[in-house]
Amino acid sequence: MANTDYQLIILGGGPAGLTAGLYAARDRLKVLLVEKGVVGGQVLVTDWIDNYPGFPDGVTGNELIEKMAAQAERFGLEVKNDNVVKMELSEAVKKLTLESGDELTCQALIICTGARPNKLKIPGEDEFAGRGVSYCATCDGPFFRDQEIIVVGGGDTAIQEADFLTKFAAKVTVVHRRETLRATRILQEKAFANQRIEFIWNSNVVAIEGKKEVERVKLRNNEGEEQEISASGVFILIGTIPNNEMLLLEQLGADKFGFIKTDDEMRTKVPGVMAAGDIRSKTVRQIVNGAGEGAVAAIAAEHYLSGLN
Amino acid sequence: MAGDNVKHLTDAEFEEYVLKGDLPSLVDFWAPWCGPCKAIGPVIEELADEYAGKVQITKMNVDDNPTTPGKYSIRAIPTLILFKGGEIVDQVTGAVGKTQLVAMLNKVA
Repeated sequence: MANTDYQLIILGGGPAGLTAGLYAARDRLKVLLVEKGVVGGQVLVTDWIDNYPGFPDGVTGNELIEKMAAQAERFGLEVKNDNVVKMELSEAVKKLTLESGDELTCQALIICTGARPNKLKIPGEDEFAGRGVSYCATCDGPFFRDQEIIVVGGGDTAIQEADFLTKFAAKVTVVHRRETLRATRILQEKAFANQRIEFIWNSNVVAIEGKKEVERVKLRNNEGEEQEISASGVFILIGTIPNNEMLLLEQLGADKFGFIKTDDEMRTKVPGVMAAGDIRSKTVRQIVNGAGEGAVAAIAAEHYLSGLN
Repeated sequence: MAGDNVKHLTDAEFEEYVLKGDLPSLVDFWAPWCGPCKAIGPVIEELADEYAGKVQITKMNVDDNPTTPGKYSIRAIPTLILFKGGEIVDQVTGAVGKTQLVAMLNKVA
């Protein structure tokens, strides 16, 4: 194969990227992980993780990521902080252009760019971001001590974080657009037993209002009836959207939501390009399968580089 | 050494150092319980070394110093605010990457 800067480049340093990096570094590949922000991804905004095996007492998101990063570094994984602005994947030698102006070439690429919180796209949401509107309970919860706040959503993240937020808030109202929760049972049981959590079912938040900071939200139920409730915080935890801005979706193959499609070996339509973690088109988005997919993708990359497939 | 150029600010020092300072200042509002705040710590230290003499790179612990975050309506961290001549030039919330912070700092450096 042609001479390239790296044999393998991994985009994104969440659980999938760090695990791919661990496997590739242990396989002695010349590998680079490019992270546009800081390693960790969405795990960093998770206050507490009780479902990652090997941690019988649970672990904070921050500690889990520190351990994953340390493990990859122990085997010499090189990490570069930069952002890909352009990629050319058609040839055997793949070219990446970075925000810093650097150009890098590689033979194999693993895309682990992940996902980010979905927005409600309602009036007041952007205006009050950081001033009452939040997507990260563990970052911002302590600012709402003894106050009344809203959590929007009904999945695992919304229900777990609603429970977490009662450590600070006087009252947490969960607003959910359906009449049942999608969250896993143990989280539901905990939330229903928590005296400080109330539920408003079959309703959507349609506006967030206030002067300098959030003061109230406007709700509309499925019958079209509106009500206002006062709240100083609104935590929007309604799923994720893919970080796919720099990706060549058509060439790689993506679903209608913009997540990358792969086969069971994490291979995309483009030879030598794999995808793993939350950027993949799939139904289950957990840390444990993100990490697992990272391992599979690294092995697929190694097979590709060895000319085995 | 890494981190030596980062000034740890208190509420009492804020006005004199940031608003009335000769140089522009970046203030990183953070707290020890915040994972993303910890994660960007090393980036802040690197920037402090690289912008020494051009922009004052500072951190303020919001648990120990409630007045200044209250004044700027900060209810999310990490929040980074760039000041010049006592005015806000730019601000960003979340664990943003170094390239984004460099672009922000270059507006005043």
